Amino acid sequence: MSTPSLRTRLAARGFDGATLLVLPGLAVMLGLFIYPFFYGLADSVMPKEGAWYANYVTFFSDPFQYRTIASTLWLALPVTIVNLAFAVPIAFRVRLMTRQRLLTTILVLPITLGTVFVADGLLTFLGPQGWFNRVLVLVGLLDAPVKLTNNYWGVFASLVITGFPFAFLLTLSYVTGIDPAIEQAAATLGANARQRFMKVFLPLLVPGLAVTFCLAFVQAFAVFPSAVLLGAPAGPTRVISIAAYQAAFEQYDHSLGTAIAMVMGAVELVVVLIVLGARSMFYRGPTGGTKG
Amino acid sequence: MIRDQGLVSKIWRFAVWAVAGLFIVNLIGVIAAVVVNSFATRWLGTWLPVGLTTKWYFSAWKEFQLSSVVFVTFQIVFTVVLISGILGVTTAYALARRDFPGKRLVVLLFLLPLLIPPLTYGIPLATVLYQIGLGGSFWGVVLINLVPSLPFVVLVMIPFIEQIDPRIEAAARVFGAGTGSLFLRILLPLLLPGMLAALLLVLVRTIAMFELTFLIAGPTSQTLVVSLYYAVFAAGVRAGQSIDAMAVIYMVTTLFWLILALQFVNPSQIVARAKQQPAE
Repeated sequence: MSTPSLRTRLAARGFDGATLLVLPGLAVMLGLFIYPFFYGLADSVMPKEGAWYANYVTFFSDPFQYRTIASTLWLALPVTIVNLAFAVPIAFRVRLMTRQRLLTTILVLPITLGTVFVADGLLTFLGPQGWFNRVLVLVGLLDAPVKLTNNYWGVFASLVITGFPFAFLLTLSYVTGIDPAIEQAAATLGANARQRFMKVFLPLLVPGLAVTFCLAFVQAFAVFPSAVLLGAPAGPTRVISIAAYQAAFEQYDHSLGTAIAMVMGAVELVVVLIVLGARSMFYRGPTGGTKG
Repeated sequence: MIRDQGLVSKIWRFAVWAVAGLFIVNLIGVIAAVVVNSFATRWLGTWLPVGLTTKWYFSAWKEFQLSSVVFVTFQIVFTVVLISGILGVTTAYALARRDFPGKRLVVLLFLLPLLIPPLTYGIPLATVLYQIGLGGSFWGVVLINLVPSLPFVVLVMIPFIEQIDPRIEAAARVFGAGTGSLFLRILLPLLLPGMLAALLLVLVRTIAMFELTFLIAGPTSQTLVVSLYYAVFAAGVRAGQSIDAMAVIYMVTTLFWLILALQFVNPSQIVARAKQQPAE
């Protein structure tokens, strides 16, 4: 008597056979994501020697290590802002196109090819004898080729090539989600293009742009292969992922490596929370023109 | 459609298209540079190579042992797709159809890996995998790749399952379908387009997934993109054309699946779960 009633009570709260289907996937995530995270957290406070916080002291007392935070932010923040600043106006133009498919297909190429391929291509393309420098010299913008690889700008370029399409496609999906009737209404009431953008579109877009900023920032912040291949991995583009990788897999100090990985996650989380916190100060609501 | 006719807006429109055009020209330049170099006999200090040859493809295929690398890549990628497909669809079904306490927490758990840099969770996970003896092995690479791909399948499939009317399932039940035949004869055919799209996207993403595979891959479990990284990293050891030939081989394998995937999905779905817009 009690068993069926328990089953009925559980089913009423949403637990039945179908709910159990969530368990295998959940188990994989708990085993491969949550457990390693706490294992890593514990591992990072059990250094090879010294007090529990020794790894964090090592990281924050060595300029070669703690400066990686600044150099990563110095790459990731400007790149994200540039990508987003170009993505918004272009998305507004492309929104009016009837055949977007060819453009979006071209733009999805660098995302799917990945940073390693793009870095390899940029090494040739931006090199002293590459097409980029040659064209600039040909049209007279430069007197002699400039050095664009194995420094900050090489990594910057690779993050724009892969990051801009990403930011653009996300922005485009938000922009096309706004009901065109809203713009028509604003135009009927006499708003010019600038007013329509500033007073109608922008407030509606801010939540989407904040999410886009966060996702684009996470990608840029995690920069790793291109910082090694296209940058100066011992100098200005020694980003925090390089520091974490070297500690864990080159010095075989997985305790320090996970500690740096935790710092990396924390810094990224702070930026994301600031952006999402700023978002809550703006309008949140439906972007459709209909009621409800 | 609203078009402004003033001079300023014309200049603005031209500037926006010019920037977009410049970006695409550079993007095509980057890809073309790799392709042209892979066919070049010698390319130093000129606009185009002196002569064309296909010999680098043969030497790259031998030097980098690409036949085994490509084979291993597909083994790994298809295993990841299979496992994340089975687990992802069942999980997504439960999350789409049932409302239970703690569901928000479960959904958050599937969102997190997409918001955290891969190295942040990759380094602790790789440490764990090395300690249980899976470092450098086939299964180590598969397991680490499941972390981003399983949530991806779940998040793509949830809205897809939600839009299937639950009354169809109820009707099948009324006519006496058991759970097995309900799944095989009702749900599977309805879910197939969405599953195909999700799995092809996972496939493309796993082929290109560098960071995680790189942490755990050993000499016998390297995927193409990791081999490419090592080749570019050690540039100077081999001819540049040979490396670029390998890059083109990598590009062709990725693009093959990308083109296949684009038959089912909108390009913007590769980065976002864009809602299908009504045609205007």
